[in-house]
Amino acid sequence: MNSDFTPILVLVGVAATVCAAMVTLSWVLGPKKVTPYKQAPYECGVAPLGDARERFPIKFYLVAMLFILFDIEVVFLWSWLTVFKNAPVDYQVFSFWAVMIYMVLWVIGDAYVLRVNAIDWDEATSLAPEKLVDSPAISLTQAPRDAQKLASESNS
Amino acid sequence: MQEWLEGLHPAILALIKVLLFVVPLLMLVPGLIWWERRLLSWMQDRIGPNRTGTITLKSGKKIKLFGLLQPIADGIKLFFKEDVTPNSIDRLIYFLAPAIALFPAFALGGTVPLGPSYGIYGLLTPIANVDIGVLYFLAISSLGVYGVVLGGYASNNKYSLMGGLRGSAQLISYELAMGVSLACIVMASGSLRLTDILKTQEQALWGAVPWLQNWFIFTPFGLLSAVIFGICMVAETNRVPFDLPEAENEIIAGYHTEYSSMKFAVYFMGEYAAMFVFSGIFATVFVGGYNLLPINWEYLMDSQWVGQFATLMHNLQYWLAPLVFLFKCAVGITFYIWFRATLPRLRYDQLMSLGWKNLLPTAVLNFIVVAIWILVTKIHSTLMGIVAGALAYVLLYFLFKSFLGATRDKPILQKRTLDYMPEPPKPQSNPVTGA
Repeated sequence: MNSDFTPILVLVGVAATVCAAMVTLSWVLGPKKVTPYKQAPYECGVAPLGDARERFPIKFYLVAMLFILFDIEVVFLWSWLTVFKNAPVDYQVFSFWAVMIYMVLWVIGDAYVLRVNAIDWDEATSLAPEKLVDSPAISLTQAPRDAQKLASESNS
Repeated sequence: MQEWLEGLHPAILALIKVLLFVVPLLMLVPGLIWWERRLLSWMQDRIGPNRTGTITLKSGKKIKLFGLLQPIADGIKLFFKEDVTPNSIDRLIYFLAPAIALFPAFALGGTVPLGPSYGIYGLLTPIANVDIGVLYFLAISSLGVYGVVLGGYASNNKYSLMGGLRGSAQLISYELAMGVSLACIVMASGSLRLTDILKTQEQALWGAVPWLQNWFIFTPFGLLSAVIFGICMVAETNRVPFDLPEAENEIIAGYHTEYSSMKFAVYFMGEYAAMFVFSGIFATVFVGGYNLLPINWEYLMDSQWVGQFATLMHNLQYWLAPLVFLFKCAVGITFYIWFRATLPRLRYDQLMSLGWKNLLPTAVLNFIVVAIWILVTKIHSTLMGIVAGALAYVLLYFLFKSFLGATRDKPILQKRTLDYMPEPPKPQSNPVTGA
């Protein structure tokens, strides 16, 4: 076994013990008086409606996918980062251009992700309605104009 | 002492090292909570907890502890409180989640050196001087996501689920920028070992002023990295202004809505311990770790004028190293509290666009500039390296701006005047006064 990592193992063991002890102690020490109200989920004091494990926005999944893609791309770089500075010059020049090509691909990927609005969190719908002019959602707000037109026609 | 430590079995030595790190950290957490409450109170023109721990002697004399025992009293109270658990939870995950949230906070500091790498400190810190120090830290810090998302999922509460999802998306988004900002530092120092990064910082400032230390925060790329890392650090610990996973006025308390008694406190402790260790890592990577001042006392020791003073300071710095490190962590915590008192919470779309559209491209730009700087310095000269670095900053800034800016104005988002909104009718006469 690599002795460099022995302390890490000990640290992980101690940390896990402390965490487990904390969680178990409160469970052992506290009183237990169960009532139906205490057992209900707390949703602002209103009686909870249905199960909480519902569908949630796909955006979160998309962000997780993007994280894995971009994070792995950074992980590939770590080994190069450690050797780049103290390497011989010809290797440095060669690997520099290789990494630059890699980074260009990276930037194109990032720009594409931004281009398809993969990380836009519907700012437009709530706070900047003027950005939504051509989207189908606007048809709801078209009503006032028709009402106004009707009103002006009836006046004349 | 040193011989005795050297003679110990490595596993026992490791246990001593770990206890020397974990026990103070556990004891510091109540102190941090006290400091946060007091400082926040002062910033908001209140007094804060100042009574608990006042001892009245028989003679009527009072010994005041400034309320330092308040968080300890709170902790003991929480231990004996009822553990209210809803009936429809996912029982195993619900019990495990707080422990998983606390675990990375303790394991995070495994590679951080608290003192110089020679003498007795060399034996005792860091806990493990492994050659993947930065990578270990990044790996453990990403475990923090699990505590948040599992806690949110297991509670069977819609608000908890929302908090957990928000938390996971936020943590992984900021982790990216954090990794890339650290990549610049790793490239400039040529090692993933945190002790080597510190040694790089103890060299001459900008390679020109030998009696000053080259802390990374004094270099342009290091400053940019430090700003990015600092922002990501606040986001990673779910603190204001990035505390969306636990935004009280939107989702009750987020992922720990259903947690009570010590389980809630464990989440709380995890947050504070993580704040502390993150501050320590910031101190190590950017502001010279255990060095109090950016001055190379060893270089000055040979000087005729300040030689004796430098020797004194050198020895003082050696023995006070862990305290200096602690002081820097405390300064980091104070900044956290200052942010909390000053900044309002971000909106979720602002949070995501800050992480993905601003911090991440900036970190990548910085990374490429450092690569160009190192290469040109090696091929030509130091001066040419600096010129190339500065030029690369300007060129890449405009390149990135035009490239990423192309994503901002899609045809669907073209602005048009709101001609469909009716004009509000003007009142013919004032209904109140009749004028």
